[in-house]
Formats: sequence, structure tokens, C-alpha cells
Amino acid sequence: MSCGCKKNNVPKTYKIVSIKKETEQVQTFTFDVSLGARPGQFVMVWLPGVDEVPMSVSMDDGKNLSITFFQVGDMTTELAKCKVGDLVGLRGPLGTHYEWKKGQHLILVAGGYGAAPMYFVANEAVKDECTVDFIVGARSKDLLLYTDEIKKLENTNLHIATDDGSEGHKGYNTEILEKLINQRLSSTERQSASGEASKNTPLDSTPCEEPHSRKASVFACGPEMMLKRISDICAEEEVTCFLSLERYMKCGYGLCGNCCMDPLGIRVCKDGPVISNDICRQLTEFGAYHRDELGRKKKF
Amino acid sequence: MIVLAGILNVMELKQNILGIEFTNPTVLASGIWGVTASGWRCVAKNGAGAITTKSLWDKEHKGHPNPTIISNEYWSLNAVGIPDAGPEKAREEIASYMADHPVYPEQSRRTPLVANIVSNSKEGFGEIAKVIAELKPDAIEVNISCPNVEDELGKPFACSKPDAAGVTEAVKKHTGDIPVFVKLSPNVNNIGEIAKAVVGAGADGITAINTVGPGMAIDLKSRKPILSNRVGGLSGRAIKPVAVRCVADCYKATDGKVPIIGTGGIYTGEDALEIMMAGASLVGIGTAIWDRGEEVFKKVCEEMSEWCDANDVKDLSEIIGSIHK
Ligand SMILES: Cc1cc2nc3c(=O)[nH]c(=O)nc-3n(C[C@H](O)[C@H](O)[C@H](O)COP(=O)(O)OP(=O)(O)OC[C@H]3O[C@@H](n4cnc5c(N)ncnc54)[C@H](O)[C@@H]3O)c2cc1C
Ligand SMILES: Cc1cc2nc3c(=O)[nH]c(=O)nc-3n(C[C@H](O)[C@H](O)[C@H](O)COP(=O)(O)O)c2cc1C
Ligand code: FES
Repeated sequence: MSCGCKKNNVPKTYKIVSIKKETEQVQTFTFDVSLGARPGQFVMVWLPGVDEVPMSVSMDDGKNLSITFFQVGDMTTELAKCKVGDLVGLRGPLGTHYEWKKGQHLILVAGGYGAAPMYFVANEAVKDECTVDFIVGARSKDLLLYTDEIKKLENTNLHIATDDGSEGHKGYNTEILEKLINQRLSSTERQSASGEASKNTPLDSTPCEEPHSRKASVFACGPEMMLKRISDICAEEEVTCFLSLERYMKCGYGLCGNCCMDPLGIRVCKDGPVISNDICRQLTEFGAYHRDELGRKKKF
Repeated sequence: MIVLAGILNVMELKQNILGIEFTNPTVLASGIWGVTASGWRCVAKNGAGAITTKSLWDKEHKGHPNPTIISNEYWSLNAVGIPDAGPEKAREEIASYMADHPVYPEQSRRTPLVANIVSNSKEGFGEIAKVIAELKPDAIEVNISCPNVEDELGKPFACSKPDAAGVTEAVKKHTGDIPVFVKLSPNVNNIGEIAKAVVGAGADGITAINTVGPGMAIDLKSRKPILSNRVGGLSGRAIKPVAVRCVADCYKATDGKVPIIGTGGIYTGEDALEIMMAGASLVGIGTAIWDRGEEVFKKVCEEMSEWCDANDVKDLSEIIGSIHK
């Protein structure tokens, strides 16, 4: 659902009901409100007197909404100082969300804070009988996010990549993605060659009725250069893929135009942040540059 | 009027104003979806009759921190603070808009482009006018009326006859045969007098209105103003009656001699016709994009045509300024 339906984009402050320290730099705040957000959507988070920035929803279970954030600059440093009971402004949910078919196989790729919104995807998708390969990447073991929660999900396979090899595969999470796609493709070819349906491919551990539901989709959230690599892999292998893009946001609901991407002029806040790879492939600025708050191009 | 298949009459919305061909009277208002050439093209593709850029400065200008824009179904408040990277970016984006579309050549330009300019001094206005005129936009709009940079810049030039006229003259010195619209503020005692002053100083047209107020919105629980700038300009549905009255005043004060881009709270075809009856030849649409989506331009045009057909209007000239006749 897009923000337009609600006809209200004025932030309201809500109380923080719990805080979880995920790593040295990352915290999850849970608020005393549900905004009915879907996985992939974001909210504008306002700290009165400081700033307002976009944050993906890391959970909205109908009772409480959470965000999981990295401490990177002024606003997030101030936000990190908040305590249970403090008031933080929220407006949203904003933007597009991920969609899947019942029983579908999903490959989720997460880097940086991306593990949080991707966990929200997995949590909802398994309720729809989806099977999930969940690839989480970080620089080292102690920076991995949400891995304990992911391990507890049904029908979900966790794959870990760390740059330093302190846990899981040593290298990039995109390398695991390539491997999974290749396994899947080669076994599909094998089975179609032997006249069998592809329902037992390694990535389709659950049998499904609908043929389309066996087609895997790749969803990814993380640093843009990671997304770019995933976009290339999925385009080459002709795998359906949706990516969570990030651009500097002001309004968050399609008015100011600060988050427009060249050359199509689509607004990441309204036409995204979840954007199909087919569209991403047409965005020449994807993986090349973004714009600051003045609209000036900044190379990645 | 064109007659389709002999049954359906569809009013033509095309006009030639100051030598510019407008396929329809809708104009994207300044500051909305206005940062990049790709955004302008996207709005043009969605049926706008013309595009206005976000205000372009003679030098880099920082805006206000977020929150900068908030809306509900009645109004928006904005204190974006006119951020802009300066002339180099303006050159690049305008040149890109003028060139062929990089992906869809068939969508290449020729939806007229109105370059909106701003500065904090008469000299600065002259400078940016010179830079922009070299890029040959179809028209130039002069923003002397933004209410949300008052702390920094003082009362807008649009609040005083000599200031408004002075800026107009400074701009006109550099713009050659490019038509110049001066954008006025509703937040004055007598907008008609200001309109007369800028037309006297050479303005070819008027845009009315910029945002109203400023206004303030407060979060109850934190007991704090929501906008970081505390106050911001009011736009959207709530300001339409003010915009209609201001256009009527401008039209009357200038004897209907110059075209007016009537802007403020225009959401529907009926809103557009209403502000045209007050004296507007073109209608600016901004905030309504949130409410009715990017299709708002097409929808407004369809609704205008339908109303005109149902009410036996054959040409927009029958509507424009009708309250004064
Ligand atoms: C759709 C979307 C979802 C996001 N979700 C998350 C999330 O779930 N968790 C998380 O940790 N981070 C998320 N981010 C990034 C987050 O918005 C930035 O980390 C935050 O704005 C940094 O603010 P700062 O003042 O602390 O840092 P600064 O030092 O001001 O900026 C650091 C970086 O953040 C970017 N940034 C600052 N303000 C904005 C803004 N208004 N819009 C977009 N980018 C901005 C800057 O461009 C810069 O690259 C998301 C961004 C977007 C666009
Ligand atoms: C987010 C936002 C940004 C704006 N920025 C500018 C600007 O840069 N220059 C300008 O002349 N007007 C600016 N305006 C004013 C609009 O162009 C318009 O005059 C006003 O919003 C009334 O029209 P509306 O009710 O259709 O939005 C801005 C308005 C909004 C809502
Ligand atoms: S942030 Fe304003 S249009 Fe996207």
C-alpha cells in the first residue's frame, strides 16, 4: 500500500517500548504503534530538534513497529542515545513493498542493515508457505545481524558470508548467490532433460502445486555496489529480482523530487524503494552515482 | 474543437501564449518533482502542458534540515528552504532536458520548460537570469515570493512594489525575447498593486500564488513544532480560495493584459476552470500530485474538457477572466 491512500503524512511521536543492541553500531527500537507496514516499506523517523531520516521497517506485527539502524552520522548518533519511553516521530508506511506468491521460493540477500528488512520479508513469506534461502553478509562475525532470529524461522536456510572468514563463507554474499542460482539452474536443466518437473531442485525443498510458484525470486537490500552485482547476476541468469534502493529523501511521498533516478525520473520514495531489476537495469545512475540534499551528483 | 467520429466533442485545450505552444493549460508548479531533468521528463510524459524547474540559485544554497514537507488531505506545509547546487547543475540538467531522451527518444522534449530562478539580491537575480537565459528555456519564472527563507533573507521582494519592480528590471536586462513570469506572494495587503508594478517593470506574465502564511504545525505529545524551520509555506486544497482571489486581483489590476499562471490548490478540472474564470490562462499544479498521483495532469485536462463539452464551451477564451466581463 502506498502512502497516498492514507492521506496523512504528518509525523506523530510514539514511545519506544523496547531497545535491543544488536552490535556495537546497531540497535533495534520497537514502538508502541503498528502502522500496518509491509516488508520493504520504510518510515520517516523524526527526532524533534534534530532531523528526520528514512528507515526500513524491520518488523510490523500488527501491534508494534520496529526499526533497526546503524549509527553513522549526526541523526543516528542522537537517535542511538534514546531510551525506552522516549518519543520518536514516525510517518508512513511509505513506498512499495516486496511481493511473493504462496509457496514460492525466495532467495534473500542482505548486506549492512539489510538483514533487518529482509528478516521481515522472510518472517511474512514463510507464513505463506514460502521456502527461503537467506544470505547474510558482513565484514566479520560480530557484525552479522539477525542470524539468531533467521535460524528460528521455518523453511529457511541461512547462509553466511564474512569478508574475513570469521564465520561462514569467506568472501562476498553475492558469491553464495551465484552458487545457489547455478545449482538451481543446473538441476532444473537436469530434470527437464529427464522429463521431470523441477520440483525437487535444491532450492525447492517444499513441493508446491503451482508451477509458477517454483520459480525463485531474488530480493536484496544492502549497499548499492552489492545490489549492482546482484542485478548483474540475476539479469545474466534471467532470474526475477527485486532490489531495495536508497536515495536522499525529504518528503518521502513523491512531492519534492529529491530521490528521482536518472534517466527515468522515477521517485525512489514512491515508485520504490523496492524496484524490479528490469527497471533498475534502465537506471543509468544505479551503481554509478546518487544525489545529495542539494541535488548534486555524488559518485559511489 | 475537434470532432471525434462525429459523436464525441472534445474541447481543445491547446493555446499559444507569448509565442509558446501549450498543448494544455496544466503546468508543473516549481519545487515539486523539480530537481532533475529526468523528473521533468517523467512529469511531461504524464501529460503536463509545461514544466517548471525547482528554483535555481546564482550560487549553491543550503536548504533546511528535515522534516521539511508534511501533508494531510487538506494542506501541505513546506520549509524545504530552496536548496540548490547552483548554476553548474542547472546547466547540466537543462541541457539534458533539451537533448533527446536517453532511453526513449520518442519521449524527447518539447514540453515547454519554465526555468524558475531565485536569489537574495537584485544583482544575484540579474546574474542567474543571465546564466539561465543562455540555456534558452521557453520561459523564465522569477521567484520573489518564498515565505520559508524569511529568517535568512528577510521579507520577500514580492512584499514591496519597488523591490518587486527592481528585481523584474534586473532580470529583464538579460532575458532577451524569453518571456518572464514573476511569481507573486499572497501574503501582502494588495497583490494587485504588486502585479501592476512588475508588469510596469517589464514582466510578460504573472504566476500567482506562491505558498500562503507561513503556517505552523505542532506535535502534541512532544509539544514541538514539526518542521525543523518551525514554520513553512501552506499549499494544497486549503489555499485555493486565496489563490482564486489573488488571480482575480492580479487580472483586474493589469486589465487582463498579461497571462497569469494560476497556482494554488488546483486538484480537479473544476478547480482549474474556476481559477481561469478569475483570470488565469494556465494553471499550476503542485501539491495535488500527492493526492491524485502523477496522472493528475491528464485527469485535470479530461475533467476540463468534459465540463466544457457539457456546458457548451467552445474555446478556453470564453472562460479566461470571465468574472471580469
Ligand atoms: C528507503 C531507505 C531506507 C533506509 N533504511 C535504513 C535502515 O533500515 N537502517 C539504517 O541504518 N539505515 C537506513 N537507511 C539509511 C539512513 O537513512 C541513513 O543512514 C541516515 O539518514 C543517516 O543519517 P545521519 O544524520 O546519521 O548521517 P549523515 O552523516 O547525515 O549521513 C550519512 C549517510 O546517510 C545519508 N542520509 C542522510 N540523510 C538522509 C535522508 N534524509 N535520506 C536518505 N539518506 C540520507 C547520507 O546521504 C549519507 O550517505 C535507509 C535509507 C533509505 C533511503
Ligand atoms: C514542496 C514544495 C516546494 C516548493 N518549492 C518552490 C520553489 O522552489 N520555488 C517556487 O517558486 N515555489 C515553490 N513552491 C510553491 C509552489 O510552486 C506553489 O506555488 C504552491 O505550492 C501552491 O500550489 P499548490 O497548492 O498546487 O502546491 C513549493 C511548494 C511545495 C509544496
Ligand atoms: S523524497 Fe520527495 S519525492 Fe521522494
